[in-house]
Amino acid sequence: MTAQCDDLNPERRHFLRLAAASVAFPLLPMFVAEAAPLTYALSPIKLDAGVWMIAGAQDAITFGNGGAIANVTILDSTEGAIVIDTGPSRRFGEELATLARTLTGKDIARVYLTHFHPDHVFGNQGFDADRIAAPAGVISGLKELGNGFSDAMYYIARDWMRGTEVVLPTTIAEDGIEEIGDRRMRRIVRSGHTASDLAIYDETSGILIAGDLAFLDRAPTTPHADIATWTTTLNELSQIDCNRLIPGHGPAESGKRAIAQTRDWLTAIDGIITRCFDQGLDMTEAMDAPLPQGLESIALARYEFSRSVMHLYPKLEASKLPKVGQKEK
Amino acid sequence: MLRASTAAVMLALWTMPTPTQAGAPADPLNSPVWNDLVKKVFGDAPIVFDERVKVVVPSVIENQAQVPVSADARALPNVERLIVLTDLNPIQHVLTLTPVQSKADAYISFRLKLEQATPVRAAALTSDGVWHVGGVFLEAAGGGCSSPAMARGDADWTATVGNAQGKIWRNADGTARLRLRVRHPMDTGLSKDNTPAFFIEKFDVKGASGDALATIEMFEPVSEDPTLTLSIKPQATDASVSIDGRDNNGNIYRSVVPAPWNQSAIGTPHRSAH
Repeated sequence: MTAQCDDLNPERRHFLRLAAASVAFPLLPMFVAEAAPLTYALSPIKLDAGVWMIAGAQDAITFGNGGAIANVTILDSTEGAIVIDTGPSRRFGEELATLARTLTGKDIARVYLTHFHPDHVFGNQGFDADRIAAPAGVISGLKELGNGFSDAMYYIARDWMRGTEVVLPTTIAEDGIEEIGDRRMRRIVRSGHTASDLAIYDETSGILIAGDLAFLDRAPTTPHADIATWTTTLNELSQIDCNRLIPGHGPAESGKRAIAQTRDWLTAIDGIITRCFDQGLDMTEAMDAPLPQGLESIALARYEFSRSVMHLYPKLEASKLPKVGQKEK
Repeated sequence: MLRASTAAVMLALWTMPTPTQAGAPADPLNSPVWNDLVKKVFGDAPIVFDERVKVVVPSVIENQAQVPVSADARALPNVERLIVLTDLNPIQHVLTLTPVQSKADAYISFRLKLEQATPVRAAALTSDGVWHVGGVFLEAAGGGCSSPAMARGDADWTATVGNAQGKIWRNADGTARLRLRVRHPMDTGLSKDNTPAFFIEKFDVKGASGDALATIEMFEPVSEDPTLTLSIKPQATDASVSIDGRDNNGNIYRSVVPAPWNQSAIGTPHRSAH
């Protein structure tokens, strides 16, 4: 998650430039960027009456983007604002809550978390924990892995993370319909991207909010994925007659290109990685395997492919290498 | 003015040449502990930094307990020993591969634990007594050495410890790719659950007739369930290769990996196998 992040390890040359600039202009404060208050300056995109999306950067988590790489959705209802995913940090969550109140002119009625990954849930502190709902598996996953995610996020996003702590939702979101004011939401609790994923189909607007079950023009991530299950879930989601789809990462579009592209990517990388394994390659060799042309151009294709090699190889080794020995009794 | 003078001092410091140990070449990775590491590991032996010794790591690390690393000195002739070092890990020496001349290549892939971002080096000793050193700086969050093994969360880990899986892919030119995975917690002794160090410290790789191909000495930073990839050259008549392992508690692990000839060629990895 780190090596692509140039800000983490500024090169000596860069510091030299800064130092030299300060010598030339002694009144210019050094490290201006460090002193300025960080702000995400969220800019909502209106998709429909009372539906807004805040688009995440099509990038890895870096200091430059403050971890704001996932899409967040805000819906208006007669009961109040509905927010889907809370972003990467306390600062983001607080800005998001303010924005949702401003856009709707109401308080927050409900927050849903689509899954437990940090770019989607570390803004929970901006909201009342008892307004936050997620499937039981999301809550247990966040409980188990949240502190580890937190370490990694602070390491990469640094001051953007200031004051951020893991907040567990107190409400369990079950599969099925929930009506919030005049909005009728179908909660679709499945798995595949992680052990517990929530997609929401807003019947009122006809918009499907897929969470990270769908990516578009940004390579899917697999650290907690089960590819076969994920593919099954995608097949099911593709049956939903939505008029627009908001993926976890990537642009919201009418049509279901995100579902098709995510499925194609998963099928392709699963095949390539398995073939590399079957030919006796080590992980570092498999990471260099060519990708199909149509997929190589997707943002972060090589980066996520390398990660997926690290995620999938240990499972292949454990399940496919023949037994050859044991401890001597 | 204070800022300006601070900057000037910093600038001056940065432009001064880095002092180096007498006789040792300056470290291209600029590690603060390199000179001490040199004394400890190489003594007074001659050292050169050599691009023919390659360390391959992923461009992205997210599991500090399982960082894939390849150390490859196949571009150098007559390598007698290949060692892997991590400058800033609490335990710096990761492993040593001793390939038997013409029986194994100076190549090993495995996974290591990373306590913090650090240079990762491979050093190859050639028969003229010179250490050829290559390496990369590995950027990552830390904690891999002080986290308990996954097995410590599993009450039944002793039932599977030592279970080995492996496979040999044999090429027409007589070289063979060996991949081996052995279940073992590889406890560093540094974890917060106070588990003492418990790790496999040696693998002897032999042909079917008992002739040595390679030896691997391992230390605590090798990841849990060690998974190794080697390039070996068993005799044409060898139908199998044996790997005898031992951990620091005296447990013995024996594996026999069949070495059939009907495998796909490693040299053409990305061509379809069928």
